[in-house]
Amino acid sequence: MENKGLTKVDLIFEKIDSKEVMVKAFKMSSAEIIQSMLDSGLKGRGGAGFPTGLKWKYTAAEKSPEKYIVCNADEGEPGTFKDREILDRASNKVHGGMAIAGKAIGAKKGFVYLRGEYRYLLPKLMIELASFHKMIHEIGFDFSIEYRMGSGAYICGEESALFESIEGKRGEPRNKPPYPTTSGVFEKPTSINNVETLVTAMMIIHHGAQNFIQYGTKDSRGSKVFSVSGDTPTPGIFELELGMTVLQFVNEFGDGDTKAVQVGGASGFCVPRKKFAETIIGFEGVPTGGSMKLFNSSRSMYNVLHNYLDFFTEESCGQCTPCRVGCQQLLKGVEKVKKGEAKSTYLTELVKLADTMKIAAKCGLGQSVGNAFKSIVGNFKEEIIY
Amino acid sequence: MYQVGNFVKKLSNKHGRERESLMPILQAIVQKHNYLTDEAMVEVARELDISAAEVYGTASFYTFLDTQVKGKYIIRVCKTITCSMKGKSDIIHILEDMLKIKVGETTSDKQFSLIETNCIGWCHKAPAILINEMPYTELTPEKVSAIIKDYMHK
Repeated sequence: MENKGLTKVDLIFEKIDSKEVMVKAFKMSSAEIIQSMLDSGLKGRGGAGFPTGLKWKYTAAEKSPEKYIVCNADEGEPGTFKDREILDRASNKVHGGMAIAGKAIGAKKGFVYLRGEYRYLLPKLMIELASFHKMIHEIGFDFSIEYRMGSGAYICGEESALFESIEGKRGEPRNKPPYPTTSGVFEKPTSINNVETLVTAMMIIHHGAQNFIQYGTKDSRGSKVFSVSGDTPTPGIFELELGMTVLQFVNEFGDGDTKAVQVGGASGFCVPRKKFAETIIGFEGVPTGGSMKLFNSSRSMYNVLHNYLDFFTEESCGQCTPCRVGCQQLLKGVEKVKKGEAKSTYLTELVKLADTMKIAAKCGLGQSVGNAFKSIVGNFKEEIIY
Repeated sequence: MYQVGNFVKKLSNKHGRERESLMPILQAIVQKHNYLTDEAMVEVARELDISAAEVYGTASFYTFLDTQVKGKYIIRVCKTITCSMKGKSDIIHILEDMLKIKVGETTSDKQFSLIETNCIGWCHKAPAILINEMPYTELTPEKVSAIIKDYMHK
């Protein structure tokens, strides 16, 4: 495996002339834009990591007079706050990325689905959107963007639940297939991309795919914005080249006493100290939408796990049984073991339940509860029992 | 009742009467009146020509679309891991002390509601709260006390 070390990058927040990039994009054909994305190796920055070029290619191939670009700004993963920062500081690039994506797939309309918790950003975003619309219409783009607000439901970050919410319904995930590229919002072909993905796409058009692939590794191209929090002297937003190990990350951000790093939020993985050196942050190791939480030795990993399970129990949409009941039983289960009401071997049963949820849950929420559960129980069993 | 009807009609004129107009309309009602009354939901159902159960079913899915009485200022305290590690309990205590209510309650003058919420995206500046839509971060009990006093005099 390649190991690139820790390098700070300035791409997402780099000051650029948006108009210049938009003029360049306007002169490119749909196929050329998509090819740039494919060449860049860009994968979705929301966490799931689907190749952006492929997503655009599939949506472009659909024969439909109506298509949509949706920007997923329902950032809700515990420990993630980079999209808020990007929207606050670089919304022109978010809007620009959407218009470029629109040109690539043949969509004239885009939605930004912004989580309700970030409503305070809206007045500023509306002003910036108005000047953006004016600018791209002068260039000749036939594209417009509308903001839709969420109302405090983590599950609406799941793409099909987000579509349901835009359509005015309960945010319950749909069955897949059909995938959004065929049938997304309003049952029309839709490319749904994370805030950071759209900004990165615009920067790839600006600098060229060849420039972008110099950063990162074969499986994880480019750089990424990390949200760093927990037991660290320097919490905040950092854009880093992909491909570093957890150890290199901890050396930079740790407080000297880091015992575990939760990579990818509540639905991600817990990496214990003994695995810092061998674990690469990226799609070849532990993937992340950006959430990096450091825990030092004063923290109880039982409390961490309990907090996550409590989170999932509340945020499960309740539609499918494996997730609705599974989350509750995992929570009750660890409480029982902690209180001594169940034997420590009961944890093995709970791990089986987490495995069942991974197979049987309808969407990514229920499927990923086991990530944190198994990695915390597996690495910190004593803390869960005693 | 008459007034609610007028307000909902105005909102429907602005946001449309399609199913997709439902969320923006409900959000606008909550912004103005803090929560959704039964009357308001029935009016919305009438305007959009859908059943009141559909309106309630949608509203009750979203934690920010409250169907129970809420105060003018809704204080949401983040309880997710980083805020919880960085002193969330102290924030709750000072709020409960000042407002003389427990988590989940509303003051008798209907000025404040105190609730816990999941991650609001300010982990690097924990602990954090939202008062209506405004975030307040890197809180200490002293800071919270000053902020709430400000709101009490608004």
